[in-house]
Parts: sequence; C-alpha cells; structure tokens
Amino acid sequence: MQVIAKRPETLTAEPFTYCPGCTHGIATRLIAEAIEEHGLINLMAGVAPVGCAVFAYKFFNFDMAEAAHGRAPAVATGMKRGRPNMHIFTYQGDGDLAAIGTAEIVHAANRGEHISIFFINNAIYGMTGGQMAPTTLAGMKTTTSPYGRNPDDIGYPIRMCELLASLVAPYYIERVSLLSPGDILRAKKAVNKAIQYNKEERGFTFIEFISTCPTNWGFDPDKAREWAKENMLPYYKLGVFRDKGEEVQ
Amino acid sequence: MPRVTVDPFYCKGCGLCIIACPKKILQFSEDINDKGYHYAECINQEVCTACRLCYITCPDVAITIEK
Amino acid sequence: MSKILMKGNEAVAEAAIRAGCRLYFAYPITPQSELIEYMAKMMPKVGGTFIQAESEVAAINMVYGAAGVGKRVMTSSSSPGISLKQEGISYMAGAELPAVIVNVQRGGPGLGDIQPAQGDYFQAVKGGGHGDYQLIVLAPCSVQEFADLASDAFDLADKYRNPVMILADGMLGQMMEPVEFKPAKTQEELEALANQHLSWCICPNADGDAKHHHEINSLELDPEILEKHVNKLYEKYAEIEKNEVRYESYNVSDDNEILCVAWGTAARVVKSAINELAVRGKSIGLVRPITCWPYPYEAIASAIGPKVKKVYVFELNSGQMVEDVKIAVNGKVPVDFWGKLGGIVFTPADIQAKLEACF
Repeated sequence: MQVIAKRPETLTAEPFTYCPGCTHGIATRLIAEAIEEHGLINLMAGVAPVGCAVFAYKFFNFDMAEAAHGRAPAVATGMKRGRPNMHIFTYQGDGDLAAIGTAEIVHAANRGEHISIFFINNAIYGMTGGQMAPTTLAGMKTTTSPYGRNPDDIGYPIRMCELLASLVAPYYIERVSLLSPGDILRAKKAVNKAIQYNKEERGFTFIEFISTCPTNWGFDPDKAREWAKENMLPYYKLGVFRDKGEEVQ
Repeated sequence: MPRVTVDPFYCKGCGLCIIACPKKILQFSEDINDKGYHYAECINQEVCTACRLCYITCPDVAITIEK
Repeated sequence: MSKILMKGNEAVAEAAIRAGCRLYFAYPITPQSELIEYMAKMMPKVGGTFIQAESEVAAINMVYGAAGVGKRVMTSSSSPGISLKQEGISYMAGAELPAVIVNVQRGGPGLGDIQPAQGDYFQAVKGGGHGDYQLIVLAPCSVQEFADLASDAFDLADKYRNPVMILADGMLGQMMEPVEFKPAKTQEELEALANQHLSWCICPNADGDAKHHHEINSLELDPEILEKHVNKLYEKYAEIEKNEVRYESYNVSDDNEILCVAWGTAARVVKSAINELAVRGKSIGLVRPITCWPYPYEAIASAIGPKVKKVYVFELNSGQMVEDVKIAVNGKVPVDFWGKLGGIVFTPADIQAKLEACF
C-alpha cells in the first residue's frame, strides 16, 4: 500500500491552534502542500501575523518570522531583500491585513515585492473574540457592532482583491473559498500557482481565502460554511483579478 | 484496498470529514482524545475508495490515506 | 586616507556602508533627510538595497525582516519618526535582532520643530517601546564621532544581538566637519558578515540532515518561559553594562571645583565654556557619556574630585539625563541642571555665566 495523502513534510508535528472546524487550517495545509510540491522546503520562509494564525511560525517546518500586527508585508520585504535567493510568503487575517496593516499590504503590492500573500477573510476578528473586521458584512453583528455593522456609520466592508487589482505592479491576484471540497481543490490550484510564480520570481502574488469562523459566528462548522456561501460569496466574488502569467504576451 | 486513518492527536471532532465522506464510513468515536474531543474514526475500511474528500476537507491535517 | 568635509547625516551613511550595511529602509524627515538621500544615491552603487518605505512603521519592520535574515541593516529618522518606530524596536529587542537605528533629534513634543534638541533621551535610554528591554545608545558629539560610532554600532548590534541606537541631533546631522573614514569592508569581510548569524537567523536549509527551523519571534504565552526569556535578556544587558560603557573625561582633575556632565552637542558647548574659564583660573571638569546606555555611573562618581562643590548637568532638554547623573552622584554633592528647550542650542557664554555663578 502506498500513502496517497498525509501531512506534508512542510508542516511540523505541532497541532494547529485554530478552533474545531475553522477553515484556516485548510489554507495552512494548502500552502504547506504547494511548497512541498514545488520542492521549496529548503528555500522557503514565511511570516506569521497577529491573529488566529499567530502561531503559524510553529506550524511550518522551515524558518519563520512572527511579525507585529499588520506588518507582515514589511517584514517579508526586509527578508526578501536581505536574502533574495529565498522565497517568502506572509499569512494574514482580515484584521491584520485589511485594517492595521493596510499601508503595508498596499505598498508591498505597489512595489511589486516578489513575495506571496495569503489572506484569510472570515469577516471577523477571531483571536480577540469576535470583534468587527474591515471585512465584516453590512448588518453583521459582532461584539463591537452589536446592532449590526452600519455602513453609514463605519463604512462598507473592504474588498482587498479589488483594491489591490487597481495597482499596476501585482502579478497575480485571486479570491478563492474553502467552503466545499470543490472550492478547496480550486483554492489549491490558486495557491500552487502563487507559489510557482513566487519560485519563478514573477512578482507579487496575492490569494484571498473566504473562510469561516464557526466559534465567533456562533454556528457549527458546516452551518458556518453554508452561511458564508449565502452571505459572503455574493459580496466577495470569487475569481482571478489579475494574472499576468496568463495574459497574452 | 484503500485505508483511511484519522489521527486522534490532531482531530478536533469538527465533523467536516464525516459530512464529506460519500461512503458515510466516518463517524465520531465513543472515546475522547486528550483534548476532550470525540474524534472521527473509520467504521468500515472495506468500502473506502480513497477519494480523499475527507483529507481535503480536514482543517487539522489529521487524516492519512493509503491505497 | 585624507579627510573629507561632510555633513553628519552623510558621514554616518557613508560609514554604515563601509561597515557592511547593504540594507537601508527609511522615510524622509527633517533634519535627517540627507541621510536617506545619501543612501538612495549610494546603495545601488554598492549592490545594496534602499527602500523609501511608506512609513517609519513599515521601515522599522523591514529592518526587522532584514535583521531576521541575519544581514546588517539600518534605518534612520528624527524624533517624531522614531516614536513611530518604537513598536518595531520593542519587537526587535524581544526577538534579539541586531540593527542600527539613527535618531537625528529635533525639538518636541509632537511635531515640535526642526532644530537640534536632546528631548529623546528618556525614550532612547529608558524604553520608548513597551516591555522590559534596553537599547545600546551611542551619543556622538562630532561628525567624526558620528561616523565612527556607526561602524561600532553594527559591531555591538551583532555581538549582542541587540538593536543599537545612535542618538544624534539636528546640529550633528546638518553641520559639516572634516571626517576620516575607516576603510570599507573587503569582499571577504562582507561574506563573513553575511554568514555570521546562520546559527539562528532565517536562511536557506542545507540539503539533508542539517535541516533547521529558526523562529524570529517575541511571542511567548507561557508566563514562566517569558519571564525566563526576559531574565536572559537582562543577563545580556548586565554583560553589556560590564563591557561596553564609554565616556570621555575632559579636564577632569583633583583641582576641579565643578564637575559638568553633558552629552552630544551640549557637551561641545560645555567644553568651550570650560576652556574659556580655565584661562581665568577656574578648574572645571566634564564627563561626557558616549554610551547613554550602558550609562557611565561609576565614571561620573569617581570623577567627583575632593574640591568639587557641585555637579552641573547641561542638556538641550528639560532635564532628562540629569536623573542618571543623580543616581551616579548618589547625594555626594549637589546636582544642578540647566537646559534650553524648543530646539535652541545654548552658547558657550550661556554656560560660562551659569558656571561662573557657582564660584
């Protein structure tokens, strides 16, 4: 018998600290698999965020840096410029990337840094206990929008892919979801492409994952996926927003 | 014959693999693991087709599939 | 090598490049902009990296990343920008990352003005960022020393895996003086520098068994382990206090009736006043801390001669270092303070008047 699916070598033996049924772990695995499949374990390094993936530096079986909240793209910039022969990615949540780290992500993208950004959007701050995120949907209740997010007061949820796609430099931008096995397989393709482009030094690559937060949304893991399909996907449209590798030369 | 194994050390009993399995051969264990979760386990290896849907869905990379 | 007439801001940049710094990230701010401009011009010529970051916060986090991959890296700013960098500085101290941060101080608080000041002493020496940590703080008082300390700063940062701050001011940054540089690192020396941190930094894995998992991190949720980590930092700081205290004794003798303590630009002015008064038969000594941390407490205590009536501290702030002087003097003689604010640099005549009034 042959093992056809198992924990990739690019993950350590450390169990994930995500809540049961949270799709964060799937994104973490897809990244680890892509790095393994591209044979990059010895040349890869990642940057962990502040948020639910704060311990990502323990999960990946290669060198990792833990960044201050939102600063991962700046840290990754310093790492890539310091060791250009290495391949660098960041792993960030919506509060980290789209609120406190807005300047860092926009400018890393605008410089076209040769790094990959993996962005988990579950429309809420998970780690701190379910507060409103920049991506929280209009009307959605959180502990800091207890009456529902009021766009007239606090603005509309930010669509990061669309925002970054307005810049010239980014090489590849795609939004995927982790809400069904089919979605996950499509997400895997996108992650693989980002890592491939990273390996080939094509430029800045950005993958947004529509993800769940069963704990803070207050649903069981399956219901959380259904809720996300019904409520998040209409606002956060899946698809490729930029792929310079596929453009006609 | 394919074989699916869920590692109780990693499993948090979220049940996503149980939903994903087309053959309905995964279920929650009677036992609990060290973290206190009823982990997923395979109750009938015979019918596993190694379709990998459980592995693909598992957020904790707790599943190994052999064929 | 002959001397070159240069601005302090340019001299410190040139010295950093000669010391092997090939990565520099910063944001423009007066009165340090010549530094970032010099780096923008020179880094591409030596195969280095220059990035004008989107903010001081981003710049210091780029420094965090570059230090994390084990390379010599520098940033610079002036007071308001240094405040923004404090987050990253605290993280670097926690993660034990070597880097050099130049602060060309200006008047504060807030936006203040763009004149020379020394109001960031507390911020540099007593913390600045959150948590228990220390920076090594070097305070030059001439363009030559500004340049010399740049190269020393990198050596200290690498030796102790700790961020080092050069605490200059707008006067030192803007004025031109002749400066003689140390020779630039050779190719072999640069390679040795690039590989000095491989035991802990983020770097490629060798194939085979030598696989490593290095973490650049300041997070530890287990309070016992975090306490142990901070205690370990303080053991390192004790080592630095033992080995790295630097100061200049100027005209210190048993005849001194007054002992002055001043640092940086302020010390230059005090020296002129001391010289002038020496001609008139007044014996005054000066201890000038070159390391504001580790602080030369013992040097100050032992410089208090038998005839010293008073220790007089002069700073371009409202009285910050004077607190450390009081710790050093420990009640032995009275400690007096006088300073100027708003970015105004006192003149030798100002200091002379203050000192003469003591006789």
